[in-house]
Amino acid sequence: MSKKLLMGNEAIAFGAIRAGVNVVTGYPGTPSTEVLETIAHNNPGDLYVEWSVNEKSAMEIAAGAAYSGARTMVTMKQVGLNVAADPLMTLAYIGVKGGMVILVADDPGPFSSQTEQDTRHFAKFSNLPVLDPSTPEEAYEMVQYAFELSELVKLPVFLRPTTRVCHACATIDVDDGRISNKPEGFVKDLNWVIFPNLSYRKHIHIEKLQDELSDIFSKLKFNQVYGKGRLGVAVSGVAYTYVTEAVEKLKADIKVFKAGTPYPLPKDKAEEFLSGLDEVLVFEELDPVLEEELTLYCAANKKNVNILGKKTHHLPCAGEYTFELVYSALAKFIGVEIAEGEKAEIPALPTRAPVLCAGCPHRASFYATKVALKGQKAVFSGDIGCYTLGNAKPLDMVDTCLCMGAGITVAQGIHRTQPDTKNVAFVGDSTFFHTGIPGIINAVYNNTDITVIILDNSTTAMTGHQPHPGIGKTMMNSISNKIDIYSVVKACGVGHITKGNPLDFKNAVELIKQAVEFNGPSVVIFEAPCIALFKPTELYEVNENCKNCKRCINTIGCPAISIMDGEVKIEPSLCYGCGLCTNVCPFNAIRRCEK
Amino acid sequence: MINSKYDILIAGVGGQGTVLASRLIAAAAIKQGSFARTSETIGMSQRGGCVVSHVRINSEKSGSIIPFNTADMLIGFELAEVARNMQRLSKEGCCIINTQVIKPVSASLGASQYDIEGITKYIEDNSKEIYFIDGYDIAKEAGSVKAVNVVLLGAATAVGKMPFSKEVMLEAIVENVPQKFRELNEKAFVMGYDFISTTQSK
Ligand code: SF4
Ligand code: SF4
Repeated sequence: MSKKLLMGNEAIAFGAIRAGVNVVTGYPGTPSTEVLETIAHNNPGDLYVEWSVNEKSAMEIAAGAAYSGARTMVTMKQVGLNVAADPLMTLAYIGVKGGMVILVADDPGPFSSQTEQDTRHFAKFSNLPVLDPSTPEEAYEMVQYAFELSELVKLPVFLRPTTRVCHACATIDVDDGRISNKPEGFVKDLNWVIFPNLSYRKHIHIEKLQDELSDIFSKLKFNQVYGKGRLGVAVSGVAYTYVTEAVEKLKADIKVFKAGTPYPLPKDKAEEFLSGLDEVLVFEELDPVLEEELTLYCAANKKNVNILGKKTHHLPCAGEYTFELVYSALAKFIGVEIAEGEKAEIPALPTRAPVLCAGCPHRASFYATKVALKGQKAVFSGDIGCYTLGNAKPLDMVDTCLCMGAGITVAQGIHRTQPDTKNVAFVGDSTFFHTGIPGIINAVYNNTDITVIILDNSTTAMTGHQPHPGIGKTMMNSISNKIDIYSVVKACGVGHITKGNPLDFKNAVELIKQAVEFNGPSVVIFEAPCIALFKPTELYEVNENCKNCKRCINTIGCPAISIMDGEVKIEPSLCYGCGLCTNVCPFNAIRRCEK
Repeated sequence: MINSKYDILIAGVGGQGTVLASRLIAAAAIKQGSFARTSETIGMSQRGGCVVSHVRINSEKSGSIIPFNTADMLIGFELAEVARNMQRLSKEGCCIINTQVIKPVSASLGASQYDIEGITKYIEDNSKEIYFIDGYDIAKEAGSVKAVNVVLLGAATAVGKMPFSKEVMLEAIVENVPQKFRELNEKAFVMGYDFISTTQSK
């Protein structure tokens, strides 16, 4: 045992290693990413870890290994689960032999996601059990139990932490021991082959299992009922920590149901909680999953308990919960007046919206595209990655953003409605491999006149610089063959493909002009690494030629350039030396200087 | 002192090393036998956005986010970010502020205001115990502007209210930074510490 400060994601990783996980796959996505990374960096040697090209592949690989008796884990964020939904639904019918944990991190807020969708619905939808940790400490224990449970019921098990668990740290007693699990290998059996007849039988089987799971869960330490009174609160996930703090502060006499397993509902525990209560307030982030389960339970069992929560508008249905929100809702629920603290007027503060880093090559690619298409009617379809930030002023170059890989296909849809508009789609290198390729094939197959600009910065930047097939590095520390993006695009049959460095500005503009002029699908590949991969070797400074015209600021919005005491200045600790600004200044006032 | 609850808020801009600073405080607390929790609020980009770290010592039963009006200490890495987070500081809390200003692109573009005087006044009006420090300059003097986070840790420790000693904090820093930066960080810590020890508050 050793006491460590671990982030929730690290705690899950160490818990999985301790549980003897054999195979871990995933696709990076905030807030889930560090789980797989921590496992790879602490690989005891006999564990296989990979970043797969997308979540569907990752899920299928983990399933195959679990068929063979391995303990496996697949990691992703909530929107990634949509990509893996197809194998997931069938896998719930087929089941597994070795324990399989599906780790999906949800993002209330949301801080870095397209949606606030709730993975607990997917658990319900697929009839798979879900564990919902309230703290990193609990996540550490839950992941270990999840493998046991999965092997017991022969189904994959969801572990669904949220941002506040994934990215919070806590002091955790880490057990360095490890369960050894030797997979026996794949044993042929007709039960691994989904056929209509088998699906019918399996459907009956998993529906029956729900009651068994409910019984198991009622005895689980992650589900607790305590306190007394005629009022109760039921709570799932991290909201539990806020409830504990609020109950203590209000010195409230209240019955509490901590539900660590929101689906299936632990019915005996629910009964123990609900008996003797008049009214219940349910605290849970995202969707009213527990609330609905309790309402259904009351209806089915003729219990006259009022269930309040999101459905009854007693709590907000969107956004992250906070201590303040929980505290005031609870005070109101138990009928306590709380004094509003008088607040001083805050002065106007500058908004600090996320922007592309100083020196980010994407800024150059966007600006080159803007210059190349000046005066033409054009729509720019973006995608998921750092380059989504190209939407910010003054670049303003992302008109659409839907989901991974969709920029390329959305551009095709827009083209079908307004063929005289130039349609340009941006896609990152990692996204290209994830789901970009089918979109390009579709454009070629249907001969749709779009231009795809592939922003190859040699990494998956937004989630923290993970490798992908174009890098030639794996999470097993081996070097593999790089998949060459140019050759793939060529093999897809694209008629016009060019490659260049976006920071070689004049040439970059030229390449875009040619590609857009080309009739039919065209591709420009811009190659320049993310600034996090290299240290700057030179910097730029503004000299006495500066006429204070602010063009450098108003056209490219580089965060290193600002006005200090009335003068335009490049902050040396932020400048990366990309030199894009020298292409913008009409007076030659920006020059290279020594680092 | 070791068993008392203590909540520290760290506010700054991505790239300033706020997250590492919060981890170092937590490491010091654990060294001293306390329970520590931390949490970060980080926006989408890798650099340049608002970052707030919460460090809660001896709060086993609490969440990882410090509620409004309860933080015992606020370590501000950037002036406007201090103002943005003042509401979490308790009336009795103390405030260590790096005077550095990092203008966001929105302010340079004129889309939002950066009123240094107004912000400073607001901070002064709403906190009883304030220490201003030019952490950027001191870090530069210590050897690298990157050490500004450790300068501020030195300054915060010098206030003498954290539930662990100067020695424990320094040890936690030395143990948790790469070997080749140890000397730099030690120097930065001591310079930050000495700056507060020799100047008065407010
Ligand atoms: S992390 Fe890399 S890709 Fe992302 S904005 Fe910064 S430089 Fe650009
Ligand atoms: S574009 Fe050139 S002249 Fe104009 S403000 Fe910037 S550095 Fe000065």
